[in-house]
Amino acid sequence: MRGVGVLVATRKGAWFYYSDAGRDKWRVDGPHFLGHVVNHMVLDPRDRRTLLAAAKTGHLGPTIFRSTDRGASWKEAALPPAFPKAREGEAARAVDHTFWLTPGHVSQEDLWYAGTSPQGLFRSGDGGATWEPFSGIDEDARYRAWMGGAQDGTPDGAKLHSILVDPRDPAHLYFAMSGGGVHESLDGGASFAPLVDGLEVVEGFDRSNIAFHDPHCVRLCPGNPDRLYQQNHCGIYRLDRPSKTWRRIGKSMPREVGDIGFPMVVHPRDADTAWVFPMDGTQVWPRTSPGGKPAVYMTRNGGESWQRLDAGMPENQAWWTVKRQAMAVDALQAPALYFGTTSGELWMGRDEGSRWTCIARHLPEIYAVEAGALE
Amino acid sequence: MRVLIPSALVSYTGRSHVEASGRTLGEVLSDLDQRYPGIRFRMVDEQDRIRRHIRVFINADQVLDLARPLEADDEVVIVQALSGG
Repeated sequence: MRGVGVLVATRKGAWFYYSDAGRDKWRVDGPHFLGHVVNHMVLDPRDRRTLLAAAKTGHLGPTIFRSTDRGASWKEAALPPAFPKAREGEAARAVDHTFWLTPGHVSQEDLWYAGTSPQGLFRSGDGGATWEPFSGIDEDARYRAWMGGAQDGTPDGAKLHSILVDPRDPAHLYFAMSGGGVHESLDGGASFAPLVDGLEVVEGFDRSNIAFHDPHCVRLCPGNPDRLYQQNHCGIYRLDRPSKTWRRIGKSMPREVGDIGFPMVVHPRDADTAWVFPMDGTQVWPRTSPGGKPAVYMTRNGGESWQRLDAGMPENQAWWTVKRQAMAVDALQAPALYFGTTSGELWMGRDEGSRWTCIARHLPEIYAVEAGALE
Repeated sequence: MRVLIPSALVSYTGRSHVEASGRTLGEVLSDLDQRYPGIRFRMVDEQDRIRRHIRVFINADQVLDLARPLEADDEVVIVQALSGG
């Protein structure tokens, strides 16, 4: 393995950072799409050459940029994700932005999935050049109600995210909606069913109403695909299949920090190891580092206990936070963590997050970070 | 007819002035999409609404309706309405 590439998507463009396996010196390539809002940028692990970037500007409609030469050249999608034309009397939905990109199963060349805001699930069978609505959920009245519209959910629209493919079975899929719960398909996406048992909702709301469930980030463990972790609006959870009941593992976080946050990252091989980046979810939800003291928390035992990892980070008066797609881990022997902040800093946590250094400063607000090995 | 493309969309056309044909504004935008796949969706959403920050002028008059008839010698100017930071 030659080294590591880190893909950084921001509110004003995208950057690549490259290093050798030692991860001591970093080379920057960018900006790409300067001025575009880039919500997610993903390298296809099946060929390690194809890149997709979900982008829009403040003025134009959304698109997907596609590169087949690791970002040397880009081409816009001919048919980006778009909702069907509204029928008479039906609410007219328009994709504001594509938020999430997931490559298909290793056996399904050129297949990609996308999640949008307003919430919609899309699929491309040609490597991202053309997209179409995917699955029967778009015609399912229950799902349409859970998905809501442009005014639901987070400040810039509810987001369909965390599209997960079981590495053992391409027909086994999951996705989550920032307003609308976690869902599972066993038939390749023809149908989905909610998977929310055990998850809490905001006090005073009915947890049996799927629309009130607010998963922030769901991850499937490569080392054990029967285990999922989730950072939710209401805590940190773990699910061990075939169980359908999530267990809140965030209760063992320090009380003064709590278990609210956006991102969650799982170890590339050890399913008992995972990381979160807590934020302040008290009162008016400042969504900053708790107390202005940023830290990653790691569990090595499936959430039974958590360890604070902040060596090298600012000790106080640092009020940034990390968005749900903006934390990642590489797959080297001693994995390093990476996160991008709302204040435009890119950090690396060497040795599974035990020592932190800042790789880049002064970038625009960081929306997404992905890390991959370079052959 | 002659169509002025805003700078943000020149990545599709390669130049700021292009030729397109059609009897209505909607047909001209569809013709542009045939020539430059994907460009229409950046300006018009899937419900056929001109996007919020796109403005279209025909012979210097602002037009909001895709059904607006066009003559062969009309000039279509598409601009992006900048706002925010």
